[in-house]
Amino acid sequence: MSMTMTEKILAAHAGKEQVEPGDLIKARVDLVLGNDITSPVAIREFEKIGVNKLFDPGAIALVPDHFTPNKDIKSAEQAKMLREFVRKYGIIHYFEVGRAGIEHCLLPEQGLVGPGELIIGADSHTCTYGALGAFSTGVGSTDLAAAMASGEVWLKVPPSLKLHYSGSLQDWVGGKDLILYTIGQIGVDGALYSALEFTGDTIASLTMDDRFTMANMAIEAGAKNGIFLVDDKTREYLRGRYEKPYTIYTSDHNAYYQQTYEWNVSKLEPQVALPHLPENSKSVRELGNLYIDQVVIGSCTNGRIKDLREVARLLKGNKVHSDVRLIIIPGTQEIYLQAMREGLIEVFIQAGAVVSTPTCGPCLGGHMGILAKGERALATTNRNFIGRMGHPESEVYLSGPPVAAASAIKGRITHPEEVLKDD
Amino acid sequence: MIKGKVWSFGADLNTDLIIPARYLNTSDPKVLAEYCLEDARPGFSKIMSPGDIIVAGTNFGCGSSREHAPLAIKYAGIACVIAASFARIFYRNALNIGLAILESEEASKDVKEGEILQINLEKGLINNLSTNRIYHAKPFPGFMQELITAGGLIPYLRRNLAEKEQEV
Ligand code: SF4
Repeated sequence: MSMTMTEKILAAHAGKEQVEPGDLIKARVDLVLGNDITSPVAIREFEKIGVNKLFDPGAIALVPDHFTPNKDIKSAEQAKMLREFVRKYGIIHYFEVGRAGIEHCLLPEQGLVGPGELIIGADSHTCTYGALGAFSTGVGSTDLAAAMASGEVWLKVPPSLKLHYSGSLQDWVGGKDLILYTIGQIGVDGALYSALEFTGDTIASLTMDDRFTMANMAIEAGAKNGIFLVDDKTREYLRGRYEKPYTIYTSDHNAYYQQTYEWNVSKLEPQVALPHLPENSKSVRELGNLYIDQVVIGSCTNGRIKDLREVARLLKGNKVHSDVRLIIIPGTQEIYLQAMREGLIEVFIQAGAVVSTPTCGPCLGGHMGILAKGERALATTNRNFIGRMGHPESEVYLSGPPVAAASAIKGRITHPEEVLKDD
Repeated sequence: MIKGKVWSFGADLNTDLIIPARYLNTSDPKVLAEYCLEDARPGFSKIMSPGDIIVAGTNFGCGSSREHAPLAIKYAGIACVIAASFARIFYRNALNIGLAILESEEASKDVKEGEILQINLEKGLINNLSTNRIYHAKPFPGFMQELITAGGLIPYLRRNLAEKEQEV
């Protein structure tokens, strides 16, 4: 019988010829991930199992990225638990402050995830690695503990939804706009328990950075995973990073999809999601005058080099509006260095932006840019829930990097064209 | 058998509302419980009583993978969460840590705050003692039943690993 690429990866990892949506399987994991928030809970649960060894110290990645460099004593204690666990069990892929970055930017960059693999992480945006043709999904800390001990995870095989995009994108429209538009169309529970398969000529033309951005937000539609075909761009990205041989899975032409959506996106405008759900997306031109106090550019959604280049193109020769704080956070040390080599960091600082070391920081309201009561921010992050970036009465709008940069200059949410017009 | 008073919440109740990130610098469940649902309803942990029940709309627990969310609810003393649907990571976390959850669209639509429910978890039966209505929750597939009976994933795994060792 025919299967989708998601089903094929799951079948292969469950040691089965065939799986169907709804099947409960026990699957072998290739890599498990934890961070400084979710690992402490997992470590405690792991110790309760009583196995006293990891299934494979080389198949576990721990990344302290949320409250690091540690923002207070309590978070320092949590990070210390990770470090001690790493030493005790000989975990190889641990990334200390200064050598780390935001986990979902870092793991692909370090060649720790590849096509056809099954990856779980105690972080909901683990779905990011679907951009590389992997099955990758977020789980909880207890799952992480169990997988560290057994190398397995229980999963329900999700039905697949096919998202087909056609047409070439307008200037300043990218992966973030596509995914915000998509979530606006299907809703924050539009893909609950399902796999999202991103296809079409528009997708084929996207950069890897754009694909990571889209896969990253699959969870924002409730999906279990998002997945992309492996093509030349994927292979190019993997070259020099991912050394292992890999299997490329493709969906059979008559595979079962619970639903198929088709969109022609050639006229799509840059999108902005209004508070307090990512599904509240609109074209930036439909918004009235929305003045902002803060702009955050970064996160596992949009903290990659392509994002920073777009931002620099707009900021060059311009100044951040006097009423706005612009915070720019490269996703990893490698991205930070690359941005420095290209002169982007200088452009940011000249324009009046804060540039921070890689951290999740303000994305989850952790540190490095918390909002006060009544403040409004525009962010390139992935969630605009109530209180996400600080006070429960603050507001977060979501957009791609070009809109964020243009808005930082203008002091209100605006289309990047408006900045170029003035030049 | 669970019997308790209902607290109602709407749809898409996300993990930031259940336990905001500003409290995630700890993983102590008792501390987390103090801030349970704080941004959805300030002071919730003080007004609720152990044994109470949460009834909510669709997509309960969407957002982050933080297990701190079901832990906060469990350690606050909530006996069961009933929702029209659950976000998937919250769903598996709840089963993994042994927080009782039930999926019932009927109950989610019909039950009002303050009503008293009696719940039979094994049968998935929800009895509204205030209105005398009965709702049926979606049954859990076999393996998940086993998880629930074992009291969560860790006890389940311990038992299974021990059995494996005996076989050797
Ligand atoms: S950047 Fe934001 S969404 Fe991404 S892992 Fe960090 S906190 Fe989560």
